[in-house]
Amino acid sequence: MDHQFLQITWFILYFVLIAGYAILDGFDLGVGALSLFAKDQRERGIHMDAIAPVWDGNEVWLLTAGGALFAAFPFVYATVFSGYYMALMLLLVFLIWRAVSFEFRNKMESPRWIRAWDWAFGLGSIVPPILFGVAVGNILRGLPLNDRGDFTGTFVSLLNPYAILVGVLALTMFLTHGALYLGIKTEGELRDRMDRWAPGLWMAWVVLYVAATFVSLLVSPFLFAGILKNPVFWVLFPVMMASVVLIPVFLKSGRHMRAFLASSVAIATQIGLAAVGLFPNLVPARNNPDLSLTIYNASSSAKTLTTMLIIAGIGVPIVLAYTVFIYRVFKGKVRHGELYGGH
Amino acid sequence: MDAIMLARLQFAMTIGFHFLFPPISIGLAWLLVFIEWKGMRTGDHVWIRMGKFFGRLFALTFAVGVATGIVMEFQFGTNWASYSRFVGDIFGAPLAAEGVFAFFLESSFLGLYLFARNKVGKGVHWFSILMVAFGATVSAFWILIANSWQQTPAGFEVIEGRAVLTSFSEAVFNPSMWHRFFHTMAAALITGAFFLGGVSAWRLVRDKSDDVARRGLKVAILSGFVFAVLSAFPTGDNHARQVAQTQPEKFAAIEGIYETQKGAPLVVFGVPQDDPPRLAARVEIPKMASWLAFGDPDAEVKGINAFKPDEIPPLALTFISFHSMVMLGMLFIGLMGLGILLMLLKRLESSRWYLWGVVLVAPLTLAASQLGWITAEVGRQPWSVYRLLRTSESVSVTVGVPELWFSIALIGFMYILLGGLYIFMLVREVRRGPDRAPEVV
Repeated sequence: MDHQFLQITWFILYFVLIAGYAILDGFDLGVGALSLFAKDQRERGIHMDAIAPVWDGNEVWLLTAGGALFAAFPFVYATVFSGYYMALMLLLVFLIWRAVSFEFRNKMESPRWIRAWDWAFGLGSIVPPILFGVAVGNILRGLPLNDRGDFTGTFVSLLNPYAILVGVLALTMFLTHGALYLGIKTEGELRDRMDRWAPGLWMAWVVLYVAATFVSLLVSPFLFAGILKNPVFWVLFPVMMASVVLIPVFLKSGRHMRAFLASSVAIATQIGLAAVGLFPNLVPARNNPDLSLTIYNASSSAKTLTTMLIIAGIGVPIVLAYTVFIYRVFKGKVRHGELYGGH
Repeated sequence: MDAIMLARLQFAMTIGFHFLFPPISIGLAWLLVFIEWKGMRTGDHVWIRMGKFFGRLFALTFAVGVATGIVMEFQFGTNWASYSRFVGDIFGAPLAAEGVFAFFLESSFLGLYLFARNKVGKGVHWFSILMVAFGATVSAFWILIANSWQQTPAGFEVIEGRAVLTSFSEAVFNPSMWHRFFHTMAAALITGAFFLGGVSAWRLVRDKSDDVARRGLKVAILSGFVFAVLSAFPTGDNHARQVAQTQPEKFAAIEGIYETQKGAPLVVFGVPQDDPPRLAARVEIPKMASWLAFGDPDAEVKGINAFKPDEIPPLALTFISFHSMVMLGMLFIGLMGLGILLMLLKRLESSRWYLWGVVLVAPLTLAASQLGWITAEVGRQPWSVYRLLRTSESVSVTVGVPELWFSIALIGFMYILLGGLYIFMLVREVRRGPDRAPEVV
């Protein structure tokens, strides 16, 4: 197959993986972050039960996205992961404590023990979305690179206002998404509270998205030039608008599943629009556009990209099939104590 | 210490800690496939309670394995950016394949196995642990392909300073890949069997009437004996022969052959000395190394002196880890063989000394895996990709000494805590033991 065709295909597939990750792990991170604001220990247990059977499969999207980036665009993997060194080490700490909290929390009856793991679960869920947003924000803003493709900035320079804005945006996105998921999975007082909170979280998401869009005009005008150049993808914009608007409409009439699907589409299209803006860059160089890592200068060979396409072609349909099956097994409301025998 | 040593230290620490857990998970998963199968077919409550009990211990182990595995997926990029650029065209694909074919499978079906015992049919529930075991094995398969390619690279050419794929099948089925896979799988199965055996023996020491532990110990001894034999012959033997052919300097280092010679002896014991490099207190079998490696007692075996000094691995560490691993392997065969004898004599449960022996030796299976891994990876030095890329040229140039100290301290502290919590909770669960037997009406 033609190399350029493969590079474009993998650019698209890579962002499909990112969007899949944001939709799936997005809701369970959101649910975990919301557990910090739960009423009591019993309620925090319900937050955890709502996602316990599926969170691990969701997180695999992140690992697969990492592997796919390594395989398809190794130069981007090397630059971004070594450049984001400190941020990634922090991310790992939060993800590790969160991962074990599911297994450890219910192993002992002591309220202090459970409280400690509730904190690990909550903080491990609220910090990663912010870090992901900061990471994306810095890519959209462009990184300073040298001619070998190495990041030349510092850890502190990654914490610029624009990146932090995108970080908070990502958090509100996942909080909204998580609240909608809890609306599907829970009942009674907790669901009613989520129904009350969701519109406010949604509003924050919308306001921050609009704000980030305007700031991007100043910080990264090339993103808009990228979108203007590709009229085929303008269709993403009305789809994004419609799905965002539909979230509160569905919520108001109590159709939680539809509201959740609308927010899934909104997340995917917002990521899609950012991807179109970036294309064909994967890491724009802030200091000199000629040093940018693009799908053309940072990709693997045509042979590897073809092989990867075959692997994805065989594997992904199977993954999707059993993922759907497993979600169907666990469909319906979670009841307190059903999974672990209760605390 | 310089940045290269620190990056190596961090990698050794993170992979070493992570690699404590997957061998238990893989081995125990396959034993659970058997146990749950028996429970499903016979309806016998002993099998069913055994499945539930060891399923809980499995979940605990798997959780720590998953949590510490995330680090590994990121670490090639964070700490080994130059390596990642060099090998990305080849090394990335097995990693991505591992995600698509293995990680999704094991983690998705684990949710079903742990939480859906009462939601799905018995057959589907059994299928879920089968998929967990299968997924964990596929995961080992792909990651060992990537590792084997570092040891015996194939199916590529170097263009503009990076390895470019020329044949995917040659890269995947590179010369050391099947040998490494079978030997590592045998090690994982031993570890699983000793986990089952160690836990069961400890339960029996405390409570002779524990019917789950009685049966568990027997399953562990019978399967453990078979796996321990397989780890030596044919898998270990084949793997060593492959190393002799594909990485002669590693073979010379692990076998302690310092001078090129015909009819090289097999060193059974020795104490490596520096300056000049030699082995003290050696016990050896004449001509055995030549015969084992090349099928001819008079075959020539290259010694360390045949290679450039800057192209040989650290001698003492590789020799000691390899020989300790082999001795432990013999211990496992012997202990399980003894168990079979005691079973035949119907003395198994009354031999407290034997039960304690199994409890104490069980953790040594983890030591054996670590030693095997050290043999393989330190034996590959000074290369990160054998004879293509030096470890010293593989690191991330942007990551400095302060960052490395920070991450080593951060992860090191976290792993100590995590390891302590794991042991604490494992011991607690084992003390609690399996659910009570249903009352006979």
